[in-house]
Amino acid sequence: MSMTVLTVDDSRTMREMLRLALTDVGYRVVQAEDGVHGLEVLAHETPDVIVTDINMPRMDGFGFIEEVRSDPEHRRIPILVLTTESDAEKKNRARMAGATGWIVKPFNPVKLVDAIRRVAA
Amino acid sequence: MDPLESIKETFFQECEEQLAELETGLLAMEEGDTDPETINAVFRAVHSIKGGAGAFSLEALIRFAHVFETAMDETRSGRLAASNEVVKIMLRAADVLADLVRAARDGGSVDEALTAALTEELKTLGPDGADEAGGEEDWGDFEFKPATVELDLPPAPTGWRVRFKPRADLYAKANEAAILLRELTRLGPAEIELDARELPALSDLDPEAAHLAWTVTLSGEADEAAIREVFEFVDGDCELEVTPIGGAAETAETTEDNGETFDIGALLAQVQADAAPQPAAAPEIPTTSPAAPAPAAAPSPDTSSPPDGQASARKPEAGATIRVDLERVDRLIDLVGELVINQAMLSQRVMEAGFARASGVAMGLDELEQLTREIQDSVMAIRAQPVKSVFQRMPRLVREVAAMTGKPVRLVTEGEGTEVDKTVIERLADPLTHMIRNAIDHGLENPDRRAEAGKAAEGVVRLSAAHRSGRIVIEVADDGGGINRERVKSIAVERGLIAADAPLSDEEIDNLIFMPGFSTASEVSDISGRGVGMDVVKRSIQALGGRINISSRPGKGSTFTMSLPLTLAVLDGMVVDVAGQTLVAPITAIVETLLPKASEVNSLGGNARVISIRGGYVPLIDVGLALGYRAEPLPPGQGVALLIEGEGGARAALLVDAIQGQRQVVIKSLEANYRQVPGVAAATILGDGRVALILDIDTIVAVSRGTETLRAAS
Amino acid sequence: MTETHANAGHLRELISFRIGAQEFCVDIMAVREIRGWTAATALPQSPSFVCGVINLRGAVLPIVDLAARLGFESSETSERSVIIVCQIGEQVVGLLVDAVSDILSVTDDVIQATPDVGSDTAKTFVRGLLAIEGRMITMIGLERILPELDLEAA
Repeated sequence: MSMTVLTVDDSRTMREMLRLALTDVGYRVVQAEDGVHGLEVLAHETPDVIVTDINMPRMDGFGFIEEVRSDPEHRRIPILVLTTESDAEKKNRARMAGATGWIVKPFNPVKLVDAIRRVAA
Repeated sequence: MDPLESIKETFFQECEEQLAELETGLLAMEEGDTDPETINAVFRAVHSIKGGAGAFSLEALIRFAHVFETAMDETRSGRLAASNEVVKIMLRAADVLADLVRAARDGGSVDEALTAALTEELKTLGPDGADEAGGEEDWGDFEFKPATVELDLPPAPTGWRVRFKPRADLYAKANEAAILLRELTRLGPAEIELDARELPALSDLDPEAAHLAWTVTLSGEADEAAIREVFEFVDGDCELEVTPIGGAAETAETTEDNGETFDIGALLAQVQADAAPQPAAAPEIPTTSPAAPAPAAAPSPDTSSPPDGQASARKPEAGATIRVDLERVDRLIDLVGELVINQAMLSQRVMEAGFARASGVAMGLDELEQLTREIQDSVMAIRAQPVKSVFQRMPRLVREVAAMTGKPVRLVTEGEGTEVDKTVIERLADPLTHMIRNAIDHGLENPDRRAEAGKAAEGVVRLSAAHRSGRIVIEVADDGGGINRERVKSIAVERGLIAADAPLSDEEIDNLIFMPGFSTASEVSDISGRGVGMDVVKRSIQALGGRINISSRPGKGSTFTMSLPLTLAVLDGMVVDVAGQTLVAPITAIVETLLPKASEVNSLGGNARVISIRGGYVPLIDVGLALGYRAEPLPPGQGVALLIEGEGGARAALLVDAIQGQRQVVIKSLEANYRQVPGVAAATILGDGRVALILDIDTIVAVSRGTETLRAAS
Repeated sequence: MTETHANAGHLRELISFRIGAQEFCVDIMAVREIRGWTAATALPQSPSFVCGVINLRGAVLPIVDLAARLGFESSETSERSVIIVCQIGEQVVGLLVDAVSDILSVTDDVIQATPDVGSDTAKTFVRGLLAIEGRMITMIGLERILPELDLEAA
């Protein structure tokens, strides 16, 4: 059975690149445009992994991760943050919020899949 | 299409949207908007463009976007105040960014000097001593542990011992020891030993706490970097010891959590990732890994999103929207057009078959007609878009022209939400551009003259759109000096466009600028469009089925007014008989219909005739004659006259044989399969299935006036 | 239309039709459909060989009187006339003829070069001659069937 990945990013381009990279390896992809939307999707999907951007309108990555981690039904879902910023401060903040791991943009599809493999069964 | 190419197209589309957001946000900031969300939106726009640019390795764009983003970051974090000066720099940076995006898309070139200049300006806004040559990431206050780890230990160890003890935090972040161990085993043959000494009794067990540790003996060719990479994410949430077995003295480092240093292996992996951002870059995973690296750029045939047509979900703003492929909409509109024609044909045939008006069939048909109308309106509305997309390009244009002419100008826009059919919008950009350039270049006086006239130094150009009686009216107004009527008149006389003593009203003089041949290359400056005069603008508007005129008050300013149909696809027409032919005249052009009596028709010699209307005389044009359908004009007293009004109030009367009725008709192109026919604007298909021609009123009138000739093809 | 895989020279399919007493043919690749006659709406100020336009399922199609275009007397249109709908470049045009005769499959060597008869019309439209069962069939090229664009400024 293939894994379901939820990707959350406000950039259409990024969403499409993620979808391409993930479906290439057989994952099922569901998408959201920002944190609020991501939570809405989680109301009826239980992905195996979440990949989320940090800078988004309405609710950013930090807020989204915190929300997910505080939801008993979803808090065990591994979350990878996707960001162009390799700023240690941002990474730490993500980790404090509960991020499982990270992927640096521009992402290498191979590294993306590896990162997912490291956190999801 | 290669999926990556398709995404690249999406990227450039998205860039255009982001650039628009960027400009809107910056303009708001210029007006004094300090809402953090506005600033954030601007930051995200630049950030987004940079992100995508990175994915496609568009170096120049990445570099500039990065500097821009850094400056924006300063602003959104409050470290840099968004003063007027700063925002102006950012507006210019936004222009450069737009140029870089388009150059990347179309393969053109950019003004290098300008780019470099703005880069420098943006750098001064950034954090001090900050970054920057091409795309290097800012490590911030990241502490760099001098690398004392050597990745190639001579001689190489025969294996590694990895001791891994997770802390509670590791599990809290949804990491799984089992998965990590599994990944570790992918690096080579491994033996895993569990250390459960700290495991308390079941009754004392806190499922969220960490009690277990593992020791893994890994043999094979894996190197330390690969091992540490497996634990990259959990660094800091666990104890990790990696010691070589055999080979030279152990020099491996243990890493402990202190929250500020990064695992060296991970650091090196990252640096390599940054240096090779292409998706096709060589993976770090050693080749012994049994997990096959994902086929990086090889598109699989069943990739989900097809290049055309995708629906995606809502935007955060007003109402739910859905993205639809334009081709589908166009097809729908065509089909609805056919539906309208078919319904009309059906109605006609039923009537001819003799059904009574009050019969169930006839009434059913009436309802069908109502329904069809509604469907058509709704479908047309799908393609209706706010003029905002065209208006949005104007602020930048104004900035550029203002800079070139040295006249400070402020652009005020109104009614951006007014909706028009997409086809009309696309063709509005050029005429609007010309008019605004014209307004600034010729309309507005230079600051000195304005001061003399007691006006504010900054000129105002007002761009507005509104719906008025079924059409859209767009105005471009300036508060400049108005039209110099004496000069215009003398130029027109000079160019032989009017007789020196022709009696013209003020308004008629103003509208002389639209006459072909009015402006010459020497007249028209580089700014107003490289030899393009207002007559070209007028023709563009007319090609859209619209009208344009100008009104001016000396010393106060001028206003161009354009009136356009809401859609190019459908026309309100008056169906008329002319010499046995059925023709359609656009209703918007018709002011009145008259039944001229013989006494009201006077001849001026030859075939030139006038009709007297309420004391005045108006040229009477026999349409059948003008189009060559008959050799002799209708005898006076016969026929129906359609009184039409052109620009500047000029009137004429078109004589037709009879009026059949009014109808909304679907416009069909004549040029698609044939040629342009003088006097004919387009064609339509009537209820009887036959083609009827739609009259090009202005050309017919112009022909009769002798200012143009209907070319007779040989 | 299927491409036939030929070996004895390139095989072509042609549609032949009759105007008056003469026979002509065109490459079948250009032909989209054959229709019965419909009265056309006249176009003002257009050449005599353009009969007008008709409605073909919602598209407006010009009808060219092929006889007139080729320099013969205008066809007498009747209910029995036939319109051959052709694709010429990006445009769809209807050719008015008297009747459609046949579909011919010929190899290139059957098509003879046009003798030089000093006629402009021939040079513009005739692509070759065929002799089939004792009849002469003139092969027509359609590229310039519509009136030339008038290049003079108004």
